Amino acid sequence: MPPPAAPKSGDALFASVERVNAELFTLTYGAIVRQLLTDLEEVEEVNKQLDQMGYNIGTRLVDEFLAKSNVSRCADFKETADVIAKLGFKMFLGVTATVTNWDAEGTSCSFVLEDNPLVDFVELPDTCQGLQYCNVLSGVIRGALEMVSMKTEVTWVRDMLRGDDAYEMRVKLTKQVPEEYPYKDDD
Amino acid sequence: MIGVGKAKQYANVLDKPLSRGRQEVSLSAFAFLFSEMVQYNQTQVDNIAELERRLEDAGYAVGARVLELLCHREKGNKREIRLLHILGFIHSTVWKVLFGKGADSLEKGTEHEDEYMISEKELLVNRFISIPKDMGAFNCGAFVAGIVRGVLENAGFPAVVTAHFVPIEGQQRPRTTILIKFAEEVPDAYMFFSPVVH
Repeated sequence: MPPPAAPKSGDALFASVERVNAELFTLTYGAIVRQLLTDLEEVEEVNKQLDQMGYNIGTRLVDEFLAKSNVSRCADFKETADVIAKLGFKMFLGVTATVTNWDAEGTSCSFVLEDNPLVDFVELPDTCQGLQYCNVLSGVIRGALEMVSMKTEVTWVRDMLRGDDAYEMRVKLTKQVPEEYPYKDDD
Repeated sequence: MIGVGKAKQYANVLDKPLSRGRQEVSLSAFAFLFSEMVQYNQTQVDNIAELERRLEDAGYAVGARVLELLCHREKGNKREIRLLHILGFIHSTVWKVLFGKGADSLEKGTEHEDEYMISEKELLVNRFISIPKDMGAFNCGAFVAGIVRGVLENAGFPAVVTAHFVPIEGQQRPRTTILIKFAEEVPDAYMFFSPVVH
């Protein structure tokens, strides 16, 4: 068997995938949020639905990520967070996140985004102040990590749409399910 | 209203410089999102026509914004007021910005004076979609039809826009044709004389 290839850099990874104009993506996401607001009426319900959609995406997206990035098993949650910030965000959204604010146990940290392609052209009206506009992103992280046996809770701490100076997501590892031989897939 | 209430400081969208539209995201990010939109809308309807209508609605919202954005950025704050020009604008500018290339073809319908067709061999939104047999003629292109309608209607050309699969001989996958049927009042007003508006 050939030795495993080294993981690609975020830039190389992004350069190697097919890309589309971010405005199509941004405006389409906006259309989705608008449909949800019309259908569900309650902002809280919209937040839930966006998170669920993100989760669904995350569970599928992780396969593509692992197939294309040459990343192998991460040693700990810290390495996992780094991979998400430097490679994951870059590969799909073309931006990188910074990982900060680790707690002493190394089980929760923050992803800070300065550039967020979801929010171009967006302004939250007074009636939607409770809306977590980017909830799809936190859902994606939760879904993707669950597929690699990590249960997490993801919450938004800062949001530029609410007047903060950056986007900050807090990711807390709640449970790590060790994978043991025989793997479930082989049953 | 902006800047009212307890908020620290809203970033007013109009105070920010207009992006130049060079930013990109991965095609899969868009494809995943689009697929979630289709699946969500499927839960809200009982039939295919309703599903297409909802996708078209979503597209319409995108089209209205695309018109505004591109008129500012690409056209020096001018908007087309002649029918053939706005069709050309959609076929070249809008398509190029959204999908990275001009549309494959723009044709005038042979049977009806007020019908035009934009055809695309492999429409972006249909690329990762296969339609289950029981969903018959359902076409995700309805979303793009909605974008076209959004641009046209907001430019003053109300039209009915629909997406159809057209089989091509020797090809496994059909192409998608966006059929544009203008409302009756449009041709008289805009095709035969062109008012000068400043």
